[in-house]
Amino acid sequence: MRARALALAPAALTVVLLLGAWEAYVQIAGVEEAVLPAPHAVASTLWSDRSLIAHNFAVTAEEVVLGLALALAGGLALAVTVHLLPWARRAVYPLLVGSQAVPVPVIGVLLVFWWGFGLLPKLAVIALICFFPVVVTTVDGLAAVDPEQRKLLRTLDASRWQAFRLGELPAALPAALSGTRIALAVGVIGAFIAETTTPTSGAYPGLGREILSDVNFQTSRAYAGTAVLFAFAIACFYALALVERRVAPWSIQRREEPR
Amino acid sequence: MVGTELQSRRVARAQSAGDTDGLALRDVRRVFVHGRTELVALDGLTLAARGGEVLAVVGPSGCGKSTLLELVCGLQRPDGGSVRSAPAVLMPQRDLLLPWLSAVENASLALRIAGRSRSAASTSASALFEELGLDGFQDARPHELSGGMRQRVAFVRTLLAGKPVLCLDEPFGALDAITRAEMQDWLAGALAREPRTVLLVTHDVEEAVLLADRVAILSPRPGRVLDVLATEIPRPRTRTDPAVVGLRERALRALADGARG
Repeated sequence: MRARALALAPAALTVVLLLGAWEAYVQIAGVEEAVLPAPHAVASTLWSDRSLIAHNFAVTAEEVVLGLALALAGGLALAVTVHLLPWARRAVYPLLVGSQAVPVPVIGVLLVFWWGFGLLPKLAVIALICFFPVVVTTVDGLAAVDPEQRKLLRTLDASRWQAFRLGELPAALPAALSGTRIALAVGVIGAFIAETTTPTSGAYPGLGREILSDVNFQTSRAYAGTAVLFAFAIACFYALALVERRVAPWSIQRREEPR
Repeated sequence: MVGTELQSRRVARAQSAGDTDGLALRDVRRVFVHGRTELVALDGLTLAARGGEVLAVVGPSGCGKSTLLELVCGLQRPDGGSVRSAPAVLMPQRDLLLPWLSAVENASLALRIAGRSRSAASTSASALFEELGLDGFQDARPHELSGGMRQRVAFVRTLLAGKPVLCLDEPFGALDAITRAEMQDWLAGALAREPRTVLLVTHDVEEAVLLADRVAILSPRPGRVLDVLATEIPRPRTRTDPAVVGLRERALRALADGARG
């Protein structure tokens, strides 16, 4: 327990130092709140508007989690297809790269035209932003399997499918999880992009929309919302590390072994 | 259990094709092409082993020993000559245990591949675990085992593949001297109890003399057979047995002569 507290100390210290510097800058330079609210002002807004922020956060968190799940399912399926069928790789890989260059607002209206003002167009945008790192890391992970390992499975009479299931898939899992971690980091900003670029009927909330509408007149609330997204991204990242510990313990042991 | 299974398979094969559990390579050539350079790994290699025979292959490093084993296992095709063998399984130099499987799951991999249930496969492996002093480590992960134990698990995996021919590629090369000696004794005992055709590639001449019925000496690349020495020493053999020492010297001299060309 004490070791864990000690491990957290550097991060806590960094946060305290940064907040202190920020507060000092605002006080000493006399920056107006509309330009840069001081940390204490952000904190007090976070508290006074907590129910509004919490309500909007719940919407955004749902989008991130579902969008990421969609990206994972699609990304893994695509990676496996591309790995098992070399012609599929040649057919779709360039398009995957190109898909990352599409400015989301261009397709935002189309998505709403297809699926309406609800959750679905947002999930599609988040998934579009998040699936790419999952596909690339998983494809590389599958391709990086030790060729000697493949030979061994062949002399044990494994079929192509068995070699994939017993050898390649578990071997690629740590890489896929790394991709998921990157996806998660971009997923939160992806939710912001999704909320602010797909047209929404006035009633649809979300932290991204709230921040965008607050940023000019309620700056400290925009900062409070940002702080929540900030913390959410960190929490998701470490939650995923816990998942990795469960589903791919060997990859962590390998990393911790001094070699 | 594994023995009887193997026996019945042997009988079935012998009845169906009049085949043996041996292997034969005739005038084998194998060339690797890297860009514009050609590397002749094996050239004019002729070698045969009878069913149940332990044939050791020693040679200078880089003489194509591992290629020879992969040819016998059907992982490579010869560029010239012919390779015939009863079904063979490879035990590679590195243990290549899968880190996400427990020791017993790794050992029984071939049985799982053959469609046996997890519990049936584990039961088959457990008997061999006891024999090899691995009892109690069934559920350990590979990274929790010592090098010697990992190699033994890999050996159980090879045996449980249920194939008549075992191709062992420097099976004990990575072990310390004491563990290696233990493993050699154990392998000699295991083969005495349950004979298999073994193609043992090693750079350890003493290991070859201790374990094999015959020792084939390979030339430097391109590899071909310089000489085949019959050991004809009663088992169990010991390192200090004058016959073992004498044969080891003969083999070393043959290797040195081959290196000089």
